[in-house]
Amino acid sequence: MIAAHLPAIQIVAPLLAAALCVLVPWKRVSWGIAMAGAVTAFAAAVGLLSRVLGGEDIRYALGGWAAPWGIEYRVDAVNGLVLLIVAGIGVVVTLFALTSVEREVDERRIPLFYGAWMLCLCGLLGIAITGDAFNIFVFLEISSLGTYALIAMGSDRRALVSAFRYLIMGSIGASFIVIGIGLLYVETGTLNLADLAERLPALYGERTVLVAFAFLTVGTSLKLALFPLHVWLPDAYAFAPSAVTGLIAATSTKVAVYVLLRFFFTVFGVTYSFDELSLGMWLLPLALVAIFTMSLVAIFQRNIKRMLAYSSVAQIGYIILGISFASVTGLTAATLHLFNHALMKGALFLALGCVMYRVGSVHIDALRGLGRRMPWTMAAFTAGGLSLIGVPLTVGFVSKWYLVLGALEQGMWPVAALVLVTSTLAVVYIWRVVEAVYFGEPSARADSVSEAPLRLLVPTWALIVANLYFGIDASLTTNVAGQAARALLGGAP
Amino acid sequence: MRDQIILRIAAKILVGPILLFALYVQFHGDYGPGGGFQAGVIFAAGIILYALVFGLDRARAAIPTSIVTWCGTLGVLIFAGVGVVAMFMGGNFLDYGVLLYDAEHAQHIGILLVEAGVLVTVFGVMVTLFYSFAGRRRSR
Repeated sequence: MIAAHLPAIQIVAPLLAAALCVLVPWKRVSWGIAMAGAVTAFAAAVGLLSRVLGGEDIRYALGGWAAPWGIEYRVDAVNGLVLLIVAGIGVVVTLFALTSVEREVDERRIPLFYGAWMLCLCGLLGIAITGDAFNIFVFLEISSLGTYALIAMGSDRRALVSAFRYLIMGSIGASFIVIGIGLLYVETGTLNLADLAERLPALYGERTVLVAFAFLTVGTSLKLALFPLHVWLPDAYAFAPSAVTGLIAATSTKVAVYVLLRFFFTVFGVTYSFDELSLGMWLLPLALVAIFTMSLVAIFQRNIKRMLAYSSVAQIGYIILGISFASVTGLTAATLHLFNHALMKGALFLALGCVMYRVGSVHIDALRGLGRRMPWTMAAFTAGGLSLIGVPLTVGFVSKWYLVLGALEQGMWPVAALVLVTSTLAVVYIWRVVEAVYFGEPSARADSVSEAPLRLLVPTWALIVANLYFGIDASLTTNVAGQAARALLGGAP
Repeated sequence: MRDQIILRIAAKILVGPILLFALYVQFHGDYGPGGGFQAGVIFAAGIILYALVFGLDRARAAIPTSIVTWCGTLGVLIFAGVGVVAMFMGGNFLDYGVLLYDAEHAQHIGILLVEAGVLVTVFGVMVTLFYSFAGRRRSR
């Protein structure tokens, strides 16, 4: 019975957990419920992905209403992988949150914090699993509202302003998306993604479809922080509580990229998006500018969380670059990097969370000389940094490898060269931190701190180990990513 | 506004019928316009009117903040709970058809329960919003 209901359990477990978290007055129990919800969701995601890889097409009719009329959950290799990323990161970061959140969030708000936390997770998983366009919007709003509340709970007062800024930008993005979906509904009379994909080819010449495409592209790009639309991201990441930064940096932009992939490739189809509208020509320069300028900006940041946030915008540039090739290798690189970037950024932000727990600041001056005081934390940061740069034996190398292959396949030598050159920018900004940590003179405050507690180190190192494991044995991830890329290019799932 | 006798009497007369009308909108939702969301808003409007006229403290004494917050999440549990029960009875999530002996009655009772969940949540959230905005200066 359970196997048949996995798609529903995927969403219902975090939703029920969200409600229960708020109802109990004890913060530890509240955390326990959140953890149970996250673990259940993870188990469901693993089950779903393994069945998809076995060649099964998973469909689940909510409320028993058949597909084009009712809401349908549909899982293929693409969203199976996204579900695994979100749920997996969810478990690790929830484990991290127990200790970190008690330090950074007001005691009385902790049950509410976990309520918003689980809602955010539920929304992100929902966006990934649903096969209904309007349902995507609903889950997008659920996850966004959860995220706004979570960011606002940061201990810095500027967290409120950055959450409000994200609220405004996020709402603009969401309204663009709903306008796009509305126009598609007007034109086709259906909201089911597979059904839309079937009906749209006959309407390719229509201006309404073109406008819908434009609205969806801009709205989703805002949500995933594509280069000129990224201004909300650095502050939101920098001032949110550490655990929250870890969660949203590793998952929410990834899910937005998934929505973009779904609409470009499955719904509108690669011939419309890339041949007729030559979207690749627009995405490629934006991606390159994002990678180059944001890596440069990251070099000059003194707040390390902010530095990594700018680096995230650059990394999203790499993902978009892979998408802009619209080839199997390019899409494999993009989906691989979805997974790999979640691992490396999750690990890096959690390592910073450990620093925040002990030192109370992630300013570069506060990090000086910490290498001797917090060896494990700083080793984790360095390993995550190496992965971000793309050193062999880490996941970063695997993504960059496929990205360069994809560029060469298109005959774009300069782009391939630029990918390699921009990696050296990552070397610069990671080195700044490493230098301060290992060779800087410790301040009086840094001299008295000790290593972060095991409850913080274990989740951080779990992600680092994953970084190394999937960097050495990439067969599983490349296999899934390749299957996802072929599913996307093959039209309807 | 406690010295405004007309307002006070009018509010006293109106609050009861407003709450009753909310229940009418709820239970009539599957035959005519209405449903849990509208009912929840109307129910909350009744409480908010009471608070506006008689003061926040008396409204809080009648319906404490803790209960309102509880309602906000309880509704979600009712909603999801109905879905989960349907799952255990052999249907898909939120498939009300399997809840009772025949599909027609089951659909009826199912949608009513789900809408009740919506009512409770919407009521709870509306009043929570009102309480927290209205009580901002006082609680500091």
